Amino acid sequence: MAVTEQQQQAFIGKHLAEAQVAVELQDEDMVLNIGPQHPATHGTLRVVVKLDGERVVAADPVIGYMHRGYEKLTEYRSYPQVTTLINRIDWLSSFANEVPFIHAGEQIMGIEAPPRAVYIRTVLTELSRIATFLLFLGEMGAQVGAITPVFYGFRDREYVLNLIEAATGGRFHPNFNRIGGLKDDVPAGWIAETRRMMDKVFESCDTFENLLEGNEIFLARTKGIGIIPGDVGKGYGVSGSNLRASGVDWDLRRDAPYLAYPEVDFKVWTHPGGDSWSRYWVRLQETREAARIVVDLLDRLPSGPVMAKVPRIIKVPPGESWVRVENPLGEMGYYVVSKGATGPFRVKIRSASFSNVSILPWLLKGVYVPDLITILASLYFILGDIDR
Amino acid sequence: MGLVEQGKIPKPLTWLMNYSRKYSLWMYQWGLACCAIEMGAALASPRYDMMRLGVIPFPASPRQADLIVVSGTLTDKMAPALKRLYEQMPDPKYVISMGSCANCGGPYWDSYSVTKGVDQIIPVDVYIPGCPPRPEALLQGVVLLQERIQNEEMGPRWRGEPIIVGQPGAHDHLPETAVAVSSA
Ligand code: SF4
Repeated sequence: MAVTEQQQQAFIGKHLAEAQVAVELQDEDMVLNIGPQHPATHGTLRVVVKLDGERVVAADPVIGYMHRGYEKLTEYRSYPQVTTLINRIDWLSSFANEVPFIHAGEQIMGIEAPPRAVYIRTVLTELSRIATFLLFLGEMGAQVGAITPVFYGFRDREYVLNLIEAATGGRFHPNFNRIGGLKDDVPAGWIAETRRMMDKVFESCDTFENLLEGNEIFLARTKGIGIIPGDVGKGYGVSGSNLRASGVDWDLRRDAPYLAYPEVDFKVWTHPGGDSWSRYWVRLQETREAARIVVDLLDRLPSGPVMAKVPRIIKVPPGESWVRVENPLGEMGYYVVSKGATGPFRVKIRSASFSNVSILPWLLKGVYVPDLITILASLYFILGDIDR
Repeated sequence: MGLVEQGKIPKPLTWLMNYSRKYSLWMYQWGLACCAIEMGAALASPRYDMMRLGVIPFPASPRQADLIVVSGTLTDKMAPALKRLYEQMPDPKYVISMGSCANCGGPYWDSYSVTKGVDQIIPVDVYIPGCPPRPEALLQGVVLLQERIQNEEMGPRWRGEPIIVGQPGAHDHLPETAVAVSSA
């Protein structure tokens, strides 16, 4: 069919008009690139936002700047070596990372760690939770412009890191778990010292409460900002304190018990708000709760060995296992497939932060740029945990 | 300064300028991974307090920085950004590589996505071993760098002669000081 000149003109005209509209729309929006090297993104998250004035029209998180290839590397390492690696996924709470992987290995092998080891594992997991959240409380203040909490956060975190270092030998990356138990027992005097330090943690929680909760600027910057409704959060796979701050009563420590948690009586804190402030508040309460759990467990620490009988060279029989736990940042899971070698055949890692930031495009629509920073801070993700 | 270009600075003046330079290092924090938290502890924690060494960690952009501390794992996706920002820094500029990852790839030495050492793309002055290095080790790294700055001839660095990575003798014009911090 021949096209007449008139039709051609009409076609061009129509498209020109559309192009014109597009150009005019483009005028209004500005594309701003935040990161990958920006202090507010806690590492190397990159968020590309489209702005209309000061308001975010669309946000797109770009991840992968910290992708270190864990899942592939685990295929080339033996079990003890994998523990070293996965320490570094969520680098703030390394000890808590080790536990699910070791559990998966123990499940396939059919080994159970002795009760003392289980208790010490629980204590150390809670200690790393405290260390993580103390840093969060400091950071949260810093992101709204209060610098003082950072210093307190780092100061009080040192107390807890000292304890972890005394027990495991590493401030950051303990690599203390073995399949079948722990490398060592805790040193003499450690229990009394931990009790003393937990008092300091309670004190420092009070300090943060006094510093931040009466602060009008802090309240104005966080209350009612970045609201995640519970069902939306669940839909995106948000977990951990972020979900509990949206009023969803879900904690794997209670709902799918592992370690020594069934034997402790603790409260799962929730807040119906769903905004940045609720996320801050829930974490503050959980810090206290963690310190309470630690004290409670230390009172009833069973005696006995910390290592079960395992062969010198760990060979895991063929099988597969899925273990998930409540990490400080949320739900973390390992799916381990073994083919009978000294190392795993395949490891799939479900990390909390990856799902937590997947809600960003939904959450950031319509917020102001300064609020974007507080929302990022209150979601609290670790880049290693996102990209792995 | 014409004298600087010719490399003819009187000794006392060199000493004075190096002395002032070494205690006013504006440090650009290139915090990438776990080590960044230890760098944060060295900077913000009252226990270590790096600012007492004259290191100021708040330049708004690399264009105002003298020193860049690369702490953590550099991935191939991130490497071009590091190179670009390094090139934006004015001369004389220094690089501290903190942690095994930044030194050589560390635990990810066989990973497909990690750059095995930042010295492949930018010249490094001080390497700090450890995974992660303790904050004290970073402090000692800074002290060693200050020692090197104090003993520096002013010419080459100030003229901004390009240091080409991997070229033999790239650092030959600098006096020898110990450049590795003993592991904590
Ligand atoms: S050197 Fe170790 S602690 Fe530092 S970034 Fe690499 S893995 Fe993390």
